[in-house]
Amino acid sequence: MPKITMREAISQALMEEMDRDPTVFIMGEEVGVWGGTYAVTKGFYDKYGAMRVKDTPIAENAIIGGAIGAAMVGQRPVAELMTINFGFSAMDYIVNQAPKLHYMFGGQFTLPLVIRAVGGGGRQLGATHSQTPDAVFAHFPGLKVVSPGTPEDAKGLLKSAIRSNDPILFIEHATMYQVRGEVPEGEYTIPIGKSKVQRAGKDVTIVTYCKGLELSMKATEELSKEGIEVEVVDLRTLRPLDMEPVLESFKKTNRAVVVEEGWKSYGVGSEIVSRIYEEAFDYVDAPIIRVAQKEVPLPYNRTLEQAALPQVADITAAVKEVLK
Amino acid sequence: MKKEQQLDLYYQMVLIRRLEERGAELYQQGKIGGFMHLYIGQEAVSTGLIAAREARDRVITAYRDHGVALNCGVSANEVIAELLGKTTGMSKGKGGSMHMADTSKNLWGGHAIVGGHLPIAAGLAIGDQYAGNDNVTICMFGEGATNIGYFHEALNIAKTWNLRVLWVCENNQYGMGTTVERASAVTDIRQKAEGYGMKNGQVDGMDVMKVYDAAQDALEFVRKNSQPFLLEIDTYRFRGHSMGDPERYRKQEEVKKWQENDPIGIFNKQLLEKKVATKKVLDEIEARVEEEIAKAVEFAEASPEPAMEELYTDIYAD
Ligand SMILES: Cc1ncc(C[n+]2csc(CCOP(=O)(O)OP(=O)(O)O)c2C)c(N)n1
Repeated sequence: MPKITMREAISQALMEEMDRDPTVFIMGEEVGVWGGTYAVTKGFYDKYGAMRVKDTPIAENAIIGGAIGAAMVGQRPVAELMTINFGFSAMDYIVNQAPKLHYMFGGQFTLPLVIRAVGGGGRQLGATHSQTPDAVFAHFPGLKVVSPGTPEDAKGLLKSAIRSNDPILFIEHATMYQVRGEVPEGEYTIPIGKSKVQRAGKDVTIVTYCKGLELSMKATEELSKEGIEVEVVDLRTLRPLDMEPVLESFKKTNRAVVVEEGWKSYGVGSEIVSRIYEEAFDYVDAPIIRVAQKEVPLPYNRTLEQAALPQVADITAAVKEVLK
Repeated sequence: MKKEQQLDLYYQMVLIRRLEERGAELYQQGKIGGFMHLYIGQEAVSTGLIAAREARDRVITAYRDHGVALNCGVSANEVIAELLGKTTGMSKGKGGSMHMADTSKNLWGGHAIVGGHLPIAAGLAIGDQYAGNDNVTICMFGEGATNIGYFHEALNIAKTWNLRVLWVCENNQYGMGTTVERASAVTDIRQKAEGYGMKNGQVDGMDVMKVYDAAQDALEFVRKNSQPFLLEIDTYRFRGHSMGDPERYRKQEEVKKWQENDPIGIFNKQLLEKKVATKKVLDEIEARVEEEIAKAVEFAEASPEPAMEELYTDIYAD
């Protein structure tokens, strides 16, 4: 299987879908002439032209609201938020319009819409530009939230998202575009709403996604040297949440650590832990630990920022703690 | 304008230029992180503008803020320390390049959500109106920010409520890689004020004295009439949007053409021609700046990193 970067995987997914379906088009800030601020759409403008690769003004409401409208009349827009933080400027459209319009009008309107958003911290961008607010968006029924952690998943999930008839927020991580991984040759898709075991193990279950997956996989390598075999379940989709592989793994290991980059309070981990307690209480051998971001807005200073973000060492420590 | 003040403006412009050139080096060395947006080419704008304010007038701007901070009277020491993320920076190293504020200098930030600070600027003016003073809030932003809803909501309330805001649009021709005509329905930005019945003006931003004069008139208008005013200042950024911009969207010839209009070069020539200063005096200013920047870098590098406890300070005031 060919090994490609996350950037290439996302780029390929977009290109393949644009080639197969003329209703697919891209709109966002600097997606065209600039080639995408993370170079994901480099070359697209020359290949597809200004109608299909629309450079927008700095106007997040017009981007998301406009994409919703175009989707309602049957096009398949892929709207891009330069970063997920700018999504807050279009919050009404993302959480209050897109997730509601199908339901509220009795299924008359369909929104085959993808919002691609770049999230995550670790680049010293300061408090307003570094967030991982995935849980906020996952709170809203009617919106699907996907956040892949490998190039293979990114490509397959994005292709499914574009073909889906529902509004989907597709969250990428700003520090993961260079991550390399094998992807299947040729055409493939990966279903939305399916968690996946990314590493088999018997001692502890780590539940995670996106950046948390990268960190967790590193932690498992270290732990493996000490004879601790961790099973890693990657959620891949936060809503709808697929708990099956999580519960299956937990029933085997009876111990779990949940890893996410966002804040701990009211976070993804809170949801996962509750669901395990609700659905597999009899299998719990130790309190489940959440590894997450410290409860502070992220500072600019590099040392402080890194201290606030979850690290590999936090994960290995948590795994050892649940094994005590 | 008095000779001393003219020389001071020259000093400020050179200070901004050298600080940022040094900043670019420190960035390349990995000592500065995050996004850093240079003001090089635009120095005459904030220098002329802020020279015209009273100390009680507030200033609020976007992330391209190093020059604005220096013009407001923040020291090079503190600016570079903030860039290096040190405790001696104005925001204790928590804000970085994009978030420079110093309330003691009436500088209210450094804001990195495009257009986000415009309603806040209106709010500063609401506060002053409520307090019954005649302070003016000077709010600076790029032309790209005039396409987002924040701009329109803020201008509307400013005019409706007679707020003392001087809206300053720094039109440097590009919002990242997007030219004005690709993003804005009207390319004459000041026209947007007309839609709100707001007085407006336009000035060449490469000539610091012209900027100063226009800013003085605009500030007087705002203060006297308790009315907002929109001043468009035309300029150009010589460097990329931020560090690491591949600049595929513009031709180097275009940049070169604008560089012939270097605001520092223009002012240098004016000062010599009008015999305000000799070449020797201007050279001395340059030398003074070099020394000041070298010392500031030394100061910032020797300053302490914030302690780990700083992570948890300033989250809440209570
Ligand atoms: C709400 C929001 N959307 C997008 C961005 C990303 N962004 C940062 S600066 C910028 C361009 C702004 O252009 P302009 O207002 O003209 O100011 P300039 O950079 O030219 O000084 C963009 C799109 C942002 N910071 N905030």
